Order: sequence, then structure tokens, then C-alpha cells
Amino acid sequence: MNDKVKLMKGNEALAISAIRYGCDGYFGYPITPQSEVLETLEAEMPWETTGMVVLQAESELAAINMVYGGAACGKAVFTSSSSPGVSLMQEGISYLAASELPALVVNVMRGGPGLGTIQPSQSDYFQATKGGGHGDYHCIVLAPWSVQEMADFVWLGWDLAFKYRNPAMILADGVVGQMMEKVIIPEQRPRRTEDQIRQQCPWALNGRKGHRKQNIISSLELDSHQMEKNNLRFQQTYAAIEANEVRYQAIDCDDADYLIVAFGSMARVSLKVKELAAEQGIKVGLIRPITLWPFPYEAISNAAKNAKGILVVELSAGQMIEDVKLAVECQKPVEHYGRFGGIVPTPEEVFEAFKQKLIK
Amino acid sequence: MKEEIIIAGFGGQGVLSMGKILAYAGLMEDREVSWMPSYGPEQRGGTANVTVILSDELISSPILNRFDTAIVLNQQSLDKFENEVKPGGTLIYDTYGIHRPPVRTDINVFRISAMEQSFKLKNSKTFNMLVLGALIKVRPIVKLESIIAGLRKALPERLHHLLPLNQEALELGMTLID
Repeated sequence: MNDKVKLMKGNEALAISAIRYGCDGYFGYPITPQSEVLETLEAEMPWETTGMVVLQAESELAAINMVYGGAACGKAVFTSSSSPGVSLMQEGISYLAASELPALVVNVMRGGPGLGTIQPSQSDYFQATKGGGHGDYHCIVLAPWSVQEMADFVWLGWDLAFKYRNPAMILADGVVGQMMEKVIIPEQRPRRTEDQIRQQCPWALNGRKGHRKQNIISSLELDSHQMEKNNLRFQQTYAAIEANEVRYQAIDCDDADYLIVAFGSMARVSLKVKELAAEQGIKVGLIRPITLWPFPYEAISNAAKNAKGILVVELSAGQMIEDVKLAVECQKPVEHYGRFGGIVPTPEEVFEAFKQKLIK
Repeated sequence: MKEEIIIAGFGGQGVLSMGKILAYAGLMEDREVSWMPSYGPEQRGGTANVTVILSDELISSPILNRFDTAIVLNQQSLDKFENEVKPGGTLIYDTYGIHRPPVRTDINVFRISAMEQSFKLKNSKTFNMLVLGALIKVRPIVKLESIIAGLRKALPERLHHLLPLNQEALELGMTLID
């Protein structure tokens, strides 16, 4: 057996992976179903090894603003929470986007609205992909479907955040956070030195060494003409991200008669639905958006060309379905199956819905 | 080979731990594994269950409602999961506190008295290892050595002195099948 293969919960893998990335700081406030992130970081005590800061903030508001402060200094910082906690962070996330700061925010979704339940949900899709906070901005949104991806997307998220100077979000759900699977986490990477940060992030607030020009990081701009210019610059960034960073997985879509579109845990359930369909001679393809923003419109449009119908499976009343309908420009029947409030459908249940809605 | 298992009982009986040790045993045998708990606000005395999948191929859904094997340790779990065993599948139940035994005839039903045995041993914490022993007797999906190796990996070193006790309980569990 490969010694590097570990058995871990998604939340644990995410925490360990963050330390290994060379993360500078975590700021968070516990909430089910992602409390293992903070617990694992506390147990690992990275402040003794890499010097990473792990801090339980007094609230989600404090946590996201600590992230803002760390990010402004060019540090690799993150926070994690679950749905109600992420709602509290939206103002800070909007400020991060407006200040063009790289940071990682993890949402392990639970049933809403309100304080809701602690069981899995995907009903924060709109919030994550269509803004969430105020203003014209986007987070890069990654949707892991396995424990391995919980680990991998921490690295990918930060890499993209630093590349585009924009916040990235890992949008997971209670299933992916709580389940245990095999995972391989990369080796420890050293944290960047102050000099390396100066080189990589010339915009960062880290002292005017060598009497460099003053850096100012602020989301406030009272001159509307300048604020419009800022917005145009943000839009250029978003256009570049849309052009370069769309990620998805298409499984057996080429000769499929029907298509299922699902992300995260529901893509796993849908993969089983695909197996059940195959047993009855029904050819189903699965498209799994990995980036929810930017959304794989083109991939879905292409995969749908020969499909008789599409089922979107979500732990919500129907959110991603709007993007799927946009992708196929309503030229194909697009149906939805979802459960909410923390209820996770079984593969048989989804398969029955698939047959009822698409085959009739 | 693929084995889809549900283990269900009261919180505090070691249901989740048993599933975890089974998953670790699968890991030791280089299998694909998935462990999905029904997490919730319940604590000791509430209901707890965990879905464990061991497979030679990549695992699709960690969430299931059809199982090759169900291990049920209280009446509520028996009522809930008896019908979710695939025809020809296996149901193992502990007799303690069961007043409505299983009725299906298209599955293989095994009764054990692990709870009573753990009372005799005056160590209720051996209960789940007795049950796990019974499982691998009925369904040899992982080797006993793999479970011991898995325990060694799952338990922190300060608890390794308990490994022999666990091994004894596993071996005793293998003899509990009627």
C-alpha cells in the first residue's frame, strides 16, 4: 500500500492541504458541517512548524475581515464556514473583490434558508456564482466532488486567486465535507518569504522597503469616473477568467441519449444514476461543472446537441438549472430534480425522477 | 468486487467507529473506500448509521439505499434497513432489545448476541469489535489481519496497547454466529 494514501474526511483533507500549500493564516468561526477544518488545523498546530496562524475569530464578520487584512499583505489566507456563516461574510467578500485581493473562502453548504439545518445542501449556488455581496463582481467558484478534490482545490483556488488577484471560493456541501475517502495530499511547501511576497505581489502592503511607491488598498473611490475605470478593469479580469479557467468533466456524453448535469455530491449520486440507467439500456451522459463560475456553457451546449433531454440534479429548488437553460438556449427540454432542507436523494430516487421527467 | 454496507444502531455503540475501522481495513487492502455517516445533532442514545463501500473500482455515489449487507444493532434500524437489503443480500442483527425480528426470506439473516457477550466480558466497548468479527465470518470482505492493521493506523499510538484486546474481541465475534 502506498504510504502517502490516507483515509480522511473532506474537511480534514482540506485543512491539511492548506497547511501543505504554505498557507500563512486561517481565520474562522466553527459551524457544522465544516467544524473539522478548524479542529484539524488546531490539532496539527502548524504555528509550531510552518509558522502559519490559526485563529478562531469572535465571529464570521471578524474572520472575513482578518482574511482581508492578511490578503492585503500578500499572504495566502483563508476562511471556511457553512451557509449562514458565509452569508455573514458577503460584505467582506465584496470588499475583497473590489480591492482585487486574492483569498480563499470555503463554504461547506447546509440546508437553508436562515439558520436552516446542518445537513447537506447546494442552495447557495446563486449566492456563490451571481454575486452574494453587492456590486458587479465574481468569485472564482470551484465545486469538489471528492475528498481528493477538497485537498486539490485548495491549491488550485489559491493559485487562481493569486493569478487573477480575485477571491476564490470552494463551494462544497455537507456530504463532501463529512465523507471519508482515500486521498493523497502534496508534500509540505515552505511558506513564501517576505521577499518572495514582495516579488510576486508588488501591490501588497508590507512596508516600503527600498522606499518604493506607497501602495494603497481600498474599495472606496469617491470619483465616479475612476470607479467606472476600476469596474472596467474588474470586467477585463472576469473576461480573462472566463476565457481561460472553465473546468468541467464530461463522462460518456458523446453518444448519450440523455444528459445529467450536476455538481459536487449530486454529481456522485448522478454517476450512480448513470450506472442504473445503463443496466436498463438507457444511455446517459454526465456533465459535472467543476468551476461553477466561470460556468461551462459551451461544453454543455456541445454535449446537449444530440441529447433528447437534460436533467439537472441539485440539492436546491433549482438554481444551476438557469445556467444550463442559458447554455442550451432553451432548445432542449431541461428538467430539474432537487431535494432541499438537508435531504439528500438516493440514486434510485433520482433515477425514478429521471424516467418520469424525461422518458415519460 | 464491490460491497455496499450499512451499519446502523444507537449513537454511542461504536457504529461510526466500526465503519471507520472497516474502511481502514479496505485501505490496507488497496481497495477504493467510502465512509459516509448520517451526521446530525444526535449524540449518545440517538440513532446513528454509516454507509461503507469497499470496491475494486472507483466508487460513484457514497449515498445509497440498496445494500449488499446491513448490520443493524437496534429495533429502529432493523425496521428501517431490513427492506433496503438487496435480494440475496445479508442482514446481521444483534438480538439485544429486538422484539420484532426480521421477516424477509429472500435475504440471508444472521443473528448474533454481541451485546450480551460484551456484558459477560464486562467491557461494553468491545461490542463493535465483536460485531465486526461476526461480519467478516459471514462476509469475508476483508481479512482479519487487515482490520488489525487498519486499527493500528486508525488508533493513536497511545492506544496501541488495546490492540490485543480488540483482536481477541474480533476473534470471539467470529464465533458468535448462530
